[in-house]
Amino acid sequence: MSMTFAEKILAKYAGEKKVAPSQIVTVHPDHLLTHDNTAAIIQKITNELDKYGVYSKSFSIIVIDHVVPAASEKTASNHKAIRDFVKKYNIENFFDVGAGICHQIVVEKGFAPPGTLLLGSDSHTCSYGAVGAFSSGIDRTEAASLMLTGETWLKVPNSIKMTLNGKLPPGVFAKDLVLYIIGDISASGANYCSVEYHGDVEQFSIADRFTIANMGVEMGAKNSVFAVDKVTTNYLKSIGMPSSAYDPIYPDEDASYVQELSYDVSKIDPVVACPHAVDNVKTVSEIEGLEIQQCLIGTCTNGRLSDLKIATDILKGKKISSDVRLLVLPASKAIYEAALKTGIIQTLVESGAIILPTGCGPCLGAHQGVLAPGERCISTANRNFKGRMGCKEAEIYLASPATVAVSALYGKITDPREEMKK
Amino acid sequence: MKVWKYKDDINTDMLFPGKYTYTCSTAEEIKPHLFEDLDSSFSENVSKGDLIFAGKNFGCGSSREQPVVGLKAVGIRAVVAESFARIFYRAAINQGLVLIECPDAVRAYSGDVDVELNVDNGKIVVDGKVFSFPKLPDEIIAIRNAGGLLPYTRSKLKEKHKSYS
Ligand code: SF4
Repeated sequence: MSMTFAEKILAKYAGEKKVAPSQIVTVHPDHLLTHDNTAAIIQKITNELDKYGVYSKSFSIIVIDHVVPAASEKTASNHKAIRDFVKKYNIENFFDVGAGICHQIVVEKGFAPPGTLLLGSDSHTCSYGAVGAFSSGIDRTEAASLMLTGETWLKVPNSIKMTLNGKLPPGVFAKDLVLYIIGDISASGANYCSVEYHGDVEQFSIADRFTIANMGVEMGAKNSVFAVDKVTTNYLKSIGMPSSAYDPIYPDEDASYVQELSYDVSKIDPVVACPHAVDNVKTVSEIEGLEIQQCLIGTCTNGRLSDLKIATDILKGKKISSDVRLLVLPASKAIYEAALKTGIIQTLVESGAIILPTGCGPCLGAHQGVLAPGERCISTANRNFKGRMGCKEAEIYLASPATVAVSALYGKITDPREEMKK
Repeated sequence: MKVWKYKDDINTDMLFPGKYTYTCSTAEEIKPHLFEDLDSSFSENVSKGDLIFAGKNFGCGSSREQPVVGLKAVGIRAVVAESFARIFYRAAINQGLVLIECPDAVRAYSGDVDVELNVDNGKIVVDGKVFSFPKLPDEIIAIRNAGGLLPYTRSKLKEKHKSYS
């Protein structure tokens, strides 16, 4: 009867005692997340909405975050269509421009308690494994169908056990670790699988776990999860959720995995994912000195307070290179406010950073910091695909907030460890 | 019938650039940008009944369904790949686009050879060699047979509301 996390949670939602990999189950998720794409989603089902209404007004979480504030008449009209829909159907969980990036909102507002199941029409929905939820990305059409019925099918995935041993050295962060793993197993190394993190994970804060779970889809995973521990319960308490409010799910000790991998994290160096693939991972030292024109700190991967704090500690009292633009986006309004209160924003602006509105910003290449042909950007985001930042002749390098901040100081890709010792 | 051949890890940004995700959603808007950053000849020269052969992890990246909608609209008969990324795979089921996971067939294709496909029998013939691929689960066939997820959901909703009245 032993089951992995994914098997246990899908069995629970399917109302079965036991499920096995490859089995197809029918589930009713707790929530459906949609964002700016809500406009296109509801357009597909206008007639059905008119006739039958939505499945439930508390089911959908809608966040306008991708192109905010609107960049064109078209995006403004989409936002308007979403607001009209929200009013007409009394959608309870709606977050308008300025609230933050959808995935940050879901976790921060307590929509993903441990042991719950969420689906979202965004590939980084897999982030909520940071707090012990099962969450996965789906397409717009499926989101439309879910809005009407609250129900869908899922295939029970195989599970991969990733055991992390040892402690990350100074100057090396969760982002380096997850990029290292993706470089090792490749961008399809966990395809269709549920990735469970085990071992010395108590060193990772919820922000760290968020970064790691967020990048799950970049190794092909269906979901990516950390079991609930003290770190999780303390975080949830801090957002007003006592442990009596949820029911965590733990994998059985003798559950069976399709693959078991272990990493000695104390041996990892700062790394960079080089163009144009997330698994094209090199150590910073291998490409050190490469000139860059834009630096980006933010996104659902690394836009949390601790990320901004790491950058601030490096940039305090210094000026970034005159050859680069440093763009910073707090991942939510709550993070923005905390960064204002603690003087982080002041320090960053003094060092030469440009603070962009909370949201996805330049991550998807639609606005705010599109690159020119021949330019290079070093970013804390999760994707460096060709054309991702709006220009197919530009290059994107992915790194930790520390590597990005130090690189901004020197105008070239730089190992953060020396600077952090100063 | 033409076969379009692509390598491993073709991501959604190559299939349909992210900068258009919130401005193009209908098939007509999508078509001209299909594969824009991967193969600029594709959208001009693709025709109904063509096949795509690709390596591992086809469709990785965003939850963007425009590439699937676009491929269906231009009449791609099937995408045959060594493997697919899961959201892309689901999106294809939901749009009724045929995806076939058959690594041996992809490896056997060297360009300029005959290809024959029989989806119902689960067979693909490449250069005279026959390869089989597994049948999909019944739940998924039901969605495909309904013409995609939305027609499937519509008929389910009708049933449900009929039984209430
Ligand atoms: S920040 Fe980037 S990766 Fe995250 S949800 Fe927004 S566009 Fe997607």
